[in-house]
Amino acid sequence: MTAAHTKSRLAFRDLVGEATTSLLIRPGRTMLTILGTVLGVGALVATLGVARTAGNQIATHFDALTATSITVNERSEGWGWYGPPELVGLLPWDAEDRLMRLNGVVAAGTMSTVKLEGASTRSVPIHDPIGRSEYSISMVSVSPGLFDTVGADLRTGRIFDEHHSSRSDPVTVLGPAAAQRLNIDRVDHQPAIFVGDTTLIVVGILDDVQREPRLLDAVIVPDGTAQALFGLEGVEQVLIRTEVGATELIASQAATALYPNDPGRLYVAAPTAPAATKSAIAEDVNALFLVLGGVSLLIGAIGIANVTLVSVLERVGEIGLRRAVGAARRHVAWQFLIESAAMGLIGGVIGASIGVLVIVGVSAARLWTPVLDPIVPLAAPALGAAIGLIAGLYPSWRAASLEPVDALRAGV
Amino acid sequence: MTTPAVRLQEVSRTFEGSPPVRALCEVELEIGKGESVAIVGPSGSGKSTLLHVLGLLDQPTSGRYDLDGVDVAGMRDSQRAGLRGRSIGFVFQDFHLLRHRTVTENVMTALLYNRVPRRERKARAVTALERVGLDHRKDATPETLSGGERQRVAIARAVVSEPVLLLADEPTGNLDSATGASVLEVFEALQRDGITIVVATHDEAVSGVAGRSVSIVDGVLSEARAGVTP
Repeated sequence: MTAAHTKSRLAFRDLVGEATTSLLIRPGRTMLTILGTVLGVGALVATLGVARTAGNQIATHFDALTATSITVNERSEGWGWYGPPELVGLLPWDAEDRLMRLNGVVAAGTMSTVKLEGASTRSVPIHDPIGRSEYSISMVSVSPGLFDTVGADLRTGRIFDEHHSSRSDPVTVLGPAAAQRLNIDRVDHQPAIFVGDTTLIVVGILDDVQREPRLLDAVIVPDGTAQALFGLEGVEQVLIRTEVGATELIASQAATALYPNDPGRLYVAAPTAPAATKSAIAEDVNALFLVLGGVSLLIGAIGIANVTLVSVLERVGEIGLRRAVGAARRHVAWQFLIESAAMGLIGGVIGASIGVLVIVGVSAARLWTPVLDPIVPLAAPALGAAIGLIAGLYPSWRAASLEPVDALRAGV
Repeated sequence: MTTPAVRLQEVSRTFEGSPPVRALCEVELEIGKGESVAIVGPSGSGKSTLLHVLGLLDQPTSGRYDLDGVDVAGMRDSQRAGLRGRSIGFVFQDFHLLRHRTVTENVMTALLYNRVPRRERKARAVTALERVGLDHRKDATPETLSGGERQRVAIARAVVSEPVLLLADEPTGNLDSATGASVLEVFEALQRDGITIVVATHDEAVSGVAGRSVSIVDGVLSEARAGVTP
């Protein structure tokens, strides 16, 4: 009999068999022990998935609203003592035509505030002593293309075109709030409004706009009309809507197209690159949720460690018996390690399943598209097993370091 | 002259403490194969310690121990564990059966660490249960068995690996005389089959069955009755 041959040996299959039998003997306790890991892994998977899903949704939201919008202003030299500096008039009246030549521009238009010098706006030329009929409504002068640029919906009538502008026709389109204040809800009989002493024919009423909400409560007139009748001297700003993904390109070209002599005197406001916004938000959310998941996982690990330790103490007699029938220290250690790792693994599988269900549930409730990195549900059980293995280190070391004689004496 | 199953030469075991306790004092003991020996003595005399040393559960502080002709005193822990599984069977006073496992599974535990192929284990366990007359209870759990039946399961577990040495520590200590008798019958049968048995007891009935008695008092061993080699 050689010394090497006297070593005891436990087949891996038997080891796993012994460990799982021990777990199945107390199914209630095993499930309760696993609960911590289930919650931890579930929280981690769910938060990762929901964060990813939400991050995507936030990013697309941002894309739709702002990622295609550019605004061009004159670069001001700073505010003086008497309010904002006067416009010099660098932006051209034909900004719309110039910009539409650029590839990637969907719509463009000018927009300027008309100074009414206190003139009020009314819809009927009567002086009603009781009801209020005169309002201070702001006037905005635009080029026809601006309606498309700001995504304006027309409730009734039509918008004015470049011919109205070139003829300086006294026409106007009202924002919905302005129309309500002036008691105008239909345009088929060509109602007139009076701004100061000037008569304007209402040709259309807007329903809503996606940008520039100040248009909602404004009297909107063509540039040519504003120049001729209200003394508008220059274009205040130019708005551009681009193809998706073309903002950076157009932003770099717009100033040159609008003021080739000295493009640097124009200020072009373009949204930050959508990719940057997206990843910044996703990272913030992810970091927070990862911390939460990590904490719950730590609690799960402590739970497994505790119960495995209690289990070791309860089964001292069994450990003694196993040592007596030939189990080496490492066999005892491995049995408890496999037991705790198996609990972690099962917890990981259940947790990952619950996490995926939560992601799908949240997405369904919010009408989102669930997004989950496929590596997450696959790695979760491995993470659970690793947690269980680590949690079992101390208890199994305790079990292995028991002296067989002491263990047998301690009881059944 | 065949190799003796057990040969102890000047074996001492001292437990650290203040003052140190000398549980075994230069014990000389030789047990031939097929012999059955009863170790008798009052509580705390060192019976259990001697049994633990014989069963490789405890290591002597000094002296030489040959088990079946192999010097085991200097062996490493894992080697002693292997020898325990292969060459030694234990029967404890309080049975040490695993609850929630069937009688057969309990007996199979003794083959788990022994390189016995999976398929063989069950057959051998059933054979061992037949030997102690319990094959009809092979699917029962220990909770449903009487004390005597439980001890017979433990004996089946001790002999299933066909050990060189069967060690029993007060095997009837937790049993009444009637059930104790059924356990003794099993021991007698094993004795007839030629298994080497060492039993620690202060039960006259048990020591009477053994062919030879040694007594131990305060760690000192002396021959109580001459061995009758069968």
